[in-house]
Amino acid sequence: MSSLKVPRLTFWRAVYVVILALFALVFIRRFTGGLGAVSNLKDLMPWGLWIGFDVMSGVALAAGGFTITAIVYIFHLEKFRPIVRSTVLTAFLGYLMVVMALLVDLGRPWNVWHPLIMWNDHSAMFELAWCVMLYTTVLFLEFLPLVLERLGKKHTVHWWHRYLTPVLCILGVLLSTMHQSSLGTLYVIVPEKLHPLWYSPILPYLFFISAIALGLAMVNVESFLSFRAFGKRLEPEILVDLGKATAFVLLFYLVIRFEDLVVRHSLKYAFRFDLGALFFWVEVGLLMIVPMIILMSERLRHKPLVLAGAQFMVVLGMVFDRMNVSTTAFQLGTGVSYHPLWSEFVISIGVIAIGMGLFGLAVRYLPVFPEGPIEHPKPADPYVELLK
Amino acid sequence: MSVFAVLYDQSKCIGCGACEQACQAEHGQRPHKPTRLDANSFNWVQDLGKGTYMRHFCMNCEDPTCASVCPVGALQKHALGPVTWDHTRCIGCRYCMMACPFEIPKYEWHSVNPRIRKCDMCIHRVSKGLPTACASVCPTGATTFGRREDMLAEAHRRLKEHPHRYYPEVFGEKEVGGTSVLMLLTRTPIQDHLPANLPKHDMPMLTWNVLGKLPEIIVPWATFLGGMMWLTARKNKVAEVEHHTTEDHTTEHHTTEDDHE
Ligand code: SF4
Ligand code: SF4
Ligand code: SF4
Repeated sequence: MSSLKVPRLTFWRAVYVVILALFALVFIRRFTGGLGAVSNLKDLMPWGLWIGFDVMSGVALAAGGFTITAIVYIFHLEKFRPIVRSTVLTAFLGYLMVVMALLVDLGRPWNVWHPLIMWNDHSAMFELAWCVMLYTTVLFLEFLPLVLERLGKKHTVHWWHRYLTPVLCILGVLLSTMHQSSLGTLYVIVPEKLHPLWYSPILPYLFFISAIALGLAMVNVESFLSFRAFGKRLEPEILVDLGKATAFVLLFYLVIRFEDLVVRHSLKYAFRFDLGALFFWVEVGLLMIVPMIILMSERLRHKPLVLAGAQFMVVLGMVFDRMNVSTTAFQLGTGVSYHPLWSEFVISIGVIAIGMGLFGLAVRYLPVFPEGPIEHPKPADPYVELLK
Repeated sequence: MSVFAVLYDQSKCIGCGACEQACQAEHGQRPHKPTRLDANSFNWVQDLGKGTYMRHFCMNCEDPTCASVCPVGALQKHALGPVTWDHTRCIGCRYCMMACPFEIPKYEWHSVNPRIRKCDMCIHRVSKGLPTACASVCPTGATTFGRREDMLAEAHRRLKEHPHRYYPEVFGEKEVGGTSVLMLLTRTPIQDHLPANLPKHDMPMLTWNVLGKLPEIIVPWATFLGGMMWLTARKNKVAEVEHHTTEDHTTEHHTTEDDHE
């Protein structure tokens, strides 16, 4: 992001250009040689890195968007307002990244609009397709006032915020509810193909509850990043409260998750010496229980860096969870081996790079951060260290 | 229940591969000996050793998982029995491949206009009243074709007559809610490389258990959100009024794009 603002960081600019060039090459190869030419996907492993990482983490980024709009516009907790715009922007870009990844991944992307007129409401993918389309539109509309404001259309903006924004927010939260959970619904139909530590008939509920924890954590991470790049952030006390909330949602999630494992007699798989158990404990133990304990601790929560770190771990944990469901558990359940090809990584990284580039442009040309005095960090503030 | 079904009797199969050739000819594919199912092999006779063979092809389920998961309804179950794919609808998401409990749908990985490929139960023949290509050429009667209830009755007759020859169930009678392909096995499904422990209920219901509840969840949820929005806005307004009346407030800076005064 800062690479776009500060010309002297030419090394990163070069890296950026190289990534984009590689992305373009692979992209062209994808549409001249088919998916087989650029990926290790195969009949027994029809979904890989792009679905497991790009789609799932794009949606993870977006979880911050619905959480913050719910907090600010539905629960009217005004203190969170300073980062509404940047969080909504990130969510919008997260969705654009999902759409980009899908356009590469879909075998017949020119038919991507088909779910509009060809309906199958028994398909989780149908629900997902509609959610992506509608929520991307909603996020675009939530983002549009920034452009209007930039163009000086004060009156329209005022009207927009008064009448449209509330409706958009409720729609956005509803669609997110459906979308986050429908990612789980996708896997409900393959009980015999997922490792029992991850398969559950209540996956959609688990995905939704964890999306709330993820969204709360994401808000903190975004505040941290926006402070680093632009000197704008939430007040420390809010972040502390946010950490507490994350911890409680996580606790709730973990209780349900373990209850579900016990009910399905699957907990025993967690105590074996194999890959499944290892991935499970990295995900649940290291990236969920550890940050939860940190966030529960009154003392640790008040250290801004520890707090941000723990929240970042939660975000990682949730992305890891989604990836585990979509790839690890599937591979362990079916015994298929799959290692992404280099070109799959190029697409994944390229999509993220494009997203970041767009964010940089938006921040530069649009009023993403509301005007007003930029907080001058006090010297005792540990974040200050990071600005240097 | 579909009208027709294919009955495959493993005990009668001699692995001659006539059905493979007939299937390839019927679908205009280059003649070859398949070594697995793929985009050009809808039918594969697997050599299990010791003179045992096993045919693999789409089960043409009664309530097909593939059709239920397809977002655009590209896969369809026909009343006659076949489950077919429609190139004018498919978006290439490959969810059908993920979801099919028999791992049947295959994809053209090196095509720029890829198709989902699988046995279509010879719909072009079946709809003309002909048996499937594989059934019509089988020299031993291992693969036969007919009305589903007749095929099922025949299968049970053989099971009763030679209880020691077969695995004691007609594979496909109840698996995933029943299929239009019925199999008499001489070994267990696992030994025959068929998926084991398949539920006896149809799979689409698993998803419907969730999706069907959506309206019940969404409506109260929307109401709750709307209610909260109104309530908290009101609360803030009340607080603000009180704030103003208590004079000695420090001027709090409100950010610009507030949607309320
Ligand atoms: S076996 Fe698989 S591909 Fe064939 S009809 Fe059943 S679900 Fe569909
Ligand atoms: S790949 Fe095509 S046929 Fe299969 S589920 Fe997706 S849209 Fe349907
Ligand atoms: S029914 Fe037709 S398509 Fe299916 S295996 Fe037999 S010949 Fe091939």
